[in-house]
Amino acid sequence: MRETRRRRIAYLLLVPGVLFLTVFFLIPMFTMLSTSFMEGTPERGFDFTGHWQNYMESFSDYDTQIYRSLVYGLIVTVVTLALSFPLAYWIAFRGGRRKNLYLLLLLLPFFTPFVIRTLAWKQILADNGIFLGPLKDLGVLTDDFQLLATPTAVLGGLIYNFLPFMALPLYVALERLDPRLLDAASDLYSDRRQTFFKVTLPLAMPGIFAGSLLTFIPAVGDFINSELLGSVRTTMIGQVIQRHFLTTLDFPAGAALSFLLMAGILVGVFLYARALGTEELTG
Amino acid sequence: MAVAHTGIQTGENPPAAPAQPEARKHGPWLGIFTGIVIAYLFVPIIVMIAFGFNNPAGRFNFVWNEFTFENYTTLFEIRELTEALRNSLVVASISTVISTIIGTLIALALTRYRFRGRSGLNLFLFVPMASPEVVLGVSLLALFVTLGVGRGLMTIVIAHIAFSISYVVVTVKARTSGLDTNLEDAAQDLGATPMTSFWTVTFPLIFPGVLAAGLLAFVLSLDDYVITVFNAGGTSTLPLWIFGASRIGVPTQVNVMGTLIFMIGVVYVIVALVRERRQR
Repeated sequence: MRETRRRRIAYLLLVPGVLFLTVFFLIPMFTMLSTSFMEGTPERGFDFTGHWQNYMESFSDYDTQIYRSLVYGLIVTVVTLALSFPLAYWIAFRGGRRKNLYLLLLLLPFFTPFVIRTLAWKQILADNGIFLGPLKDLGVLTDDFQLLATPTAVLGGLIYNFLPFMALPLYVALERLDPRLLDAASDLYSDRRQTFFKVTLPLAMPGIFAGSLLTFIPAVGDFINSELLGSVRTTMIGQVIQRHFLTTLDFPAGAALSFLLMAGILVGVFLYARALGTEELTG
Repeated sequence: MAVAHTGIQTGENPPAAPAQPEARKHGPWLGIFTGIVIAYLFVPIIVMIAFGFNNPAGRFNFVWNEFTFENYTTLFEIRELTEALRNSLVVASISTVISTIIGTLIALALTRYRFRGRSGLNLFLFVPMASPEVVLGVSLLALFVTLGVGRGLMTIVIAHIAFSISYVVVTVKARTSGLDTNLEDAAQDLGATPMTSFWTVTFPLIFPGVLAAGLLAFVLSLDDYVITVFNAGGTSTLPLWIFGASRIGVPTQVNVMGTLIFMIGVVYVIVALVRERRQR
């Protein structure tokens, strides 16, 4: 009697959330899926064709941008991991009583809005700006050297903006690790290398996995960094999708590209989970 | 026996100590590296703050010209920028309240009750977080266009609620899952109605989690460009307006707004640290 009552309460608590997400997340996804098999424009209306044509065409038209976005996402994930791991390790094990202070210092810059932060990088990297200007005046760099509008600038922006998404989960995983395990390893004659690879790294794996997903997925789909810091040679798939929906109004092709992006990400995540041997983390 | 006991105790205490010499053995490099990375994170922030005091020579605030306080005194004099800021605050406030309520209810259901379809629901909540923002944005746009709904403040609020709910659930769940259900049962055994026991026992315990979730939802909403741009129609929010202005030169007042928002973060950090110290 009490069990059924409790169950009814649970369903009652879920109603608003599930209803909202069904109407504004699930149904839109299905709308998009059907749109990707249509042809037409918002004014003329869409006709359902049921063909894979949009997928084939958008893939052959924009394979460079899809490929580029996935590669950028991969580079960003690897670099943020390389930067965040020592950082998270130091805060977790050597931070002592100031741990939380260091952690908050790490997060503080990200209180500033994303667009403003990225614009500040645009200003710093500008051709004759505060960084390159003096170097050019000193003759260290030639006058035509530029950072803005290059892949380096876009990757730099992405790495900067997504660093906390990697650092936080890593820190949480490392902080939970009992330092006595490391002592035990060295007591049992393991050297520092062995301790790292056999104790620290395996125990940090859930953090590495979560951090990589939280970095890779938004980085692949991002278009602010490429739009503000890049050029046509750094165009990412997010920008192409945006143009389809807001400029050329080719919804079917845009929808097909969105699902191609999702598919690319899913394949990447799946391969990554298998490589790490952490399938159980995805379920 | 007593002697042997103390003997064991002193034998057990030292293991905590070796952490110190161990730390010294690693050398200072890791600490220096950490310092450099954190300094790097602050580079654009320092540039933003400094150039908020600049009086640029042309349209673009890229090169230092002369020091001025004028950007602070004329902060709200660009009408469109002020309106965009107001829109952002309205959207963030409404979407935060709604998504925090909805998300907290889900988190309570997930951690305190057993029901069919729990793991399915967990997956359902995970997908919005695992999807790229651009996909969430365009799918909502496709829905609104199909339904013939005009885009504006309303649709922005809906979009922001849709993407914040999952984050709220995850944050609140972290707090509710560690909660002792016996406390609530005890309250009810002592004659409290379920409502009373919820508001006097459960809610105060999960409140820090709800607050953190609300803060997260607010920041996510205030910061969002990608999802908003597809569902804004002609309405502008702070990120949208700044992004649009970047092509023709962003007014210096934007630096000042960024600085002030950053300062709110600084205050938050100081309050958090002081509270932590007091609890110790």
